[in-house]
Amino acid sequence: MDFILGRLSFDSLPKELITQGGAISIVIGGILVVAALIYFKKVGWLWKNWFTTLDAKKIGIMYIAIAVLMLARGAADALMIRAQQALASGDAHGIVSSDTFQQVVSAHGTIMIFFVAMGLMFGLINLVLPLMIGARDVAFPFLNSVSFWLFAAGMILINVSLIVGGFSPGGWLGYPPLTELAYSPGPGVDYWIWALQIAGIGSLLSGINFLVTILKKRAPGMALMKMPIFAWSVLVTTILIIFAFPILTATLGMLGLDRLMGMHFFTATQGGNPMLYINLIWAWGHPEVYILVLPAFGIFSEVVATFSQKRLFGYKTMVGALFAIMILSFIVWLHHFFTMGAGADVNAFFGIMTMVIAIPTGVKVFNWLFTMFGGRIRFKTPMLWFMCFVVTFTLGGLSGVLMAVPAIDFQVHNSLFLVAHFHNVIIGGALFGYFAGLMYWFPKIFGFTLNERIGKYATYCWLVGFLVAFLPLYALGLMGATRRLDHYDGPGWQMLFVIAGCGVLIICLGAALMVLQLIVSIWQRKKNIAGSDPWNGRTLEWSVPSPAPFYNFAITPTVTDRDNFWVEKQAALKHKSTAKLQYEAITLPKNSGVGVIIAAFAFMIGFGLIWHMWWLVVVGFVGVIVSVILRVSNDETEYMITAKHMEQYDKLYKLQEPTV
Amino acid sequence: MKKSIKIVLPILLVVGAIIAAATYFFQHYNVAVLNPQGDIARQERDLIVFTTVLGMAVVIPVFAMLGIFAWKFREGNHKANYRPEWDGNKYLEIVWWGIPCAIILVLSVVTWRTSHDLDPYKALSSDVKPLNVQVVALQWKWLFIYPDLGVASANLLEIPEKTPVNFTITADAPMNSFWIPSLGSQVYAMTGMSTQLHLIADHTGDYRGSSANISGKGFADMKFTARSTSMAEFHSWVGRVRKTSTTLDQSGYDALALPASLDTPMYYVVKDNDLYDRIVMKYMAPMTNGQDETQNNTNDKSTPSDHGNPGMMDMPGMEGM
Amino acid sequence: MSHHLAPAVETEAEIKEQLDTKSLGFWIYLMTDCVLFGALFATYIVLHTSTFGGATSHDLFNMPFVLLETMVLLVSTFVCGMAILAAHAGRKQLTLILLGATFLLGATFLGLELSEFSKLASEGHGWWASGFLSAFFTLVGTHGLHIAVGLLWIGVMSWQLYKRGFTPGVTRRLILFSLFWHFLDVVWIFIFTIVYLIGVA
Repeated sequence: MDFILGRLSFDSLPKELITQGGAISIVIGGILVVAALIYFKKVGWLWKNWFTTLDAKKIGIMYIAIAVLMLARGAADALMIRAQQALASGDAHGIVSSDTFQQVVSAHGTIMIFFVAMGLMFGLINLVLPLMIGARDVAFPFLNSVSFWLFAAGMILINVSLIVGGFSPGGWLGYPPLTELAYSPGPGVDYWIWALQIAGIGSLLSGINFLVTILKKRAPGMALMKMPIFAWSVLVTTILIIFAFPILTATLGMLGLDRLMGMHFFTATQGGNPMLYINLIWAWGHPEVYILVLPAFGIFSEVVATFSQKRLFGYKTMVGALFAIMILSFIVWLHHFFTMGAGADVNAFFGIMTMVIAIPTGVKVFNWLFTMFGGRIRFKTPMLWFMCFVVTFTLGGLSGVLMAVPAIDFQVHNSLFLVAHFHNVIIGGALFGYFAGLMYWFPKIFGFTLNERIGKYATYCWLVGFLVAFLPLYALGLMGATRRLDHYDGPGWQMLFVIAGCGVLIICLGAALMVLQLIVSIWQRKKNIAGSDPWNGRTLEWSVPSPAPFYNFAITPTVTDRDNFWVEKQAALKHKSTAKLQYEAITLPKNSGVGVIIAAFAFMIGFGLIWHMWWLVVVGFVGVIVSVILRVSNDETEYMITAKHMEQYDKLYKLQEPTV
Repeated sequence: MKKSIKIVLPILLVVGAIIAAATYFFQHYNVAVLNPQGDIARQERDLIVFTTVLGMAVVIPVFAMLGIFAWKFREGNHKANYRPEWDGNKYLEIVWWGIPCAIILVLSVVTWRTSHDLDPYKALSSDVKPLNVQVVALQWKWLFIYPDLGVASANLLEIPEKTPVNFTITADAPMNSFWIPSLGSQVYAMTGMSTQLHLIADHTGDYRGSSANISGKGFADMKFTARSTSMAEFHSWVGRVRKTSTTLDQSGYDALALPASLDTPMYYVVKDNDLYDRIVMKYMAPMTNGQDETQNNTNDKSTPSDHGNPGMMDMPGMEGM
Repeated sequence: MSHHLAPAVETEAEIKEQLDTKSLGFWIYLMTDCVLFGALFATYIVLHTSTFGGATSHDLFNMPFVLLETMVLLVSTFVCGMAILAAHAGRKQLTLILLGATFLLGATFLGLELSEFSKLASEGHGWWASGFLSAFFTLVGTHGLHIAVGLLWIGVMSWQLYKRGFTPGVTRRLILFSLFWHFLDVVWIFIFTIVYLIGVA
């Protein structure tokens, strides 16, 4: 039995009521979904139209679906954290044990960063980037599918930990020696390592894919300096991914070797060096913060220009600022551990470098504001997200500059002040940006607009809830409350924790309103047909029909201006074009299930390594290798649509458009 | 104009409410970081206030511009000048590269100075002879050894007021962070390393201390009281501990180091001067002769505190030690 | 869409563009691999004195043996280069023979490395002994793993070449493989210098 099951046994099932509830709800939810698919005979449809698709837009939708699902999971974790801390004052010990609480905190952070923020980011990039640069698809459509399914495999692995084995107690970055065998012998840390390793390799491959896409697949005439700023932000992000994620792969790999093979990279003794881990993980971790936030900056640049109905202010400066942030983000990692005992010179250097990042970031804010200046601003929901972002992100920037001063950091490091700060920039910066992007591009993908009124209420709830939830944490940090406490006895703390809990409830109301918004919008979709250009857009994606056809562009556009579509519209007002449309034959990738299969084998590798089922690891490795070989041996992976058929398709799509 | 009041008023109300709530809290509860009880904490509080005020030079204009621009250039306001092609102005851009640069320049100078002045490794200047305390983070409790006085305590740090305290800090547990917010700076406690921290208390009083870095199941119980007393009272405390407590030998220490929380403070007499160094060294090199090293190692004087910080030598970014 | 399915016919320009795009992608992949090795080198440099009282690099490395390994790998890269030249000349037979030689030399290198590893491990200087040895085995082992992947690649590619001749796909993979093999050579030179030469100096 040991050979088959490794260290898996009945003891690995959850023991506390709350974790059992979580496990049961995941299992039942999963069974219900599968049953519904079989009952409605949708399995084949799902496989043919979605799982095997190589269309970037569909892959983007799947990324976003997973991210939203994981947002619900992460929010459930957040509610548990808030409930525990609202109750566990003095002699009370809250609703869960300290062990479970620490797992919940680690899961919350890990899931929100890797599977929500990264998922929304890659989802939106997949949806929009090829359209925006006038491309039919990404550079490597099959690789794109592999990336997505590795991401999905990592997501499933991390959620399996809820059912068997439990999760890492080591926080979202898993500092050793706590995460070494000596202190955490169970499978929890292994779940953390291998889920991130699998998803991380997916992200790395995506990074390569999108960089090549931007460099090689732009429409004719689109010089780099004519790209929309969102494309620039993705370019910079992919460069960051390419330089940062291999460090994560190496670091997680070494921690994994410590745990699997008894190595001594980061152990407390035998020559291991935990400080090395902390340096390495932040050499990835700090750029990661910018990987999350830069695409959001790009989205805001598009949103502000579109809804101000005006060109983006200071385009060249915006590009320069992106590159400045990119370079600086690699030389500030030490500010995450000023308190580790480095000398004053080192601390001061990294502190100053950190502040310097505030300069290009501040310049971006000013440029956005002056994009509004002289515009005709329409306050649609994406624009409201932008305004909320300016409020929260500026506050987060201020607390960030405070913490960049080493002598201040000595007093607030690892306190709830820090927790408030990074939620300030990640929710108020990245997440608000992705929400703006989702609501902005939704009509392009689905063909109808979202309900504005409910959307606005949701935005207000998020902003108010955010402030109520996180301003008390600043105060708590200054009162000496450290992060990840499962119980405490500080006088006056409980009141603030309760207020923060109320804030999270308001945020949840905002999330519920977003769900309602989606339902109502689907219900009324016939009334809200978007047309190709619902926002009076400026960039190429608004020139194709909505929903965007699977081939993106019937005729590859030629670009002459940064705001190409805007300029074309202005010209069309003056004289109508009479040129006959010239259709050409195009090639597109055939669907492929190999991405799903490779990810399934990768999942087996991960699960086998976690539970020491070595046979499963071998099966997984052989499976991955054989799948890759079969795929590369297949030279017929594309199909062609003739010019005549293209013309028919184009007419068909344009028929669906409402006449404006 | 009526509509603008409808927007501005709630914002003012919210900001007012936040300020009122913060003031209430500050008066009724101990906001430790902003209510310093020692010189280091006071300088750090002043730095927080200074940096916040400086930052306001950007935050307030941004908020004001956001509100004013959004109001003035709303779609319905046809009086405002619509300039859809206006996409840059060299002089304006120089202004907002310039202002943040100037602020960061000021802040950089302050950062450089304070990073050195408030370096946790820097000894405090004082006429009073400093007190040495060796801090050991255990699972999940703090051990304080007073090497010059031959006593030790767990989860209670007794110090005399107006006296510089020189902490040397290590761990026999996963990484922790040693933090007394009322007195100032925190520093990590790590296995096989000896970090340093210098603090001073201005008055007598009880201050909260805790670990700021997660270290396992009992992490939330890793809190202690830092008790600042008069010098006379401190000496009488040392006397009481010497008279009434058990001796902390190796086996006593091993029992204390077992993973468990500690409900009440413990007090010990310490005759073994090398306890702390041995805790540091056991992670750095193999133990040579098992149980008996207590006696044998006392001859071998190459202890870590003589050499500074073992384990730090190979770290990138650690040259400034 | 299935009724429109037609086999894709690649024009000369499309083949060229495919090669350009895939080469760029592969170069960027190599860049990420560089960063990965960079992290492992940094780790090795930090940990190479962390022997916890055990054997040091001075005690363990056998320079003549490592020099032999290095020579085998360098020759295999040279042969790989000749294989590419033969492919450019369109000589299938010769290309296959030279690829076979590359494979044999690569396999020899891997065998030598594994024998070094097993010798160290059997003498008690395995990866479990100290931070230094963990870093050594992982750095050199990761390079070895890349070599193993390269051998697999040669195998599959030779089979494709044998079956299909110089199709655009096969030619492209041949060119990318030679990039990969040269890259591993460069990494080995760094290992040879930083781990072995400096290790015994």
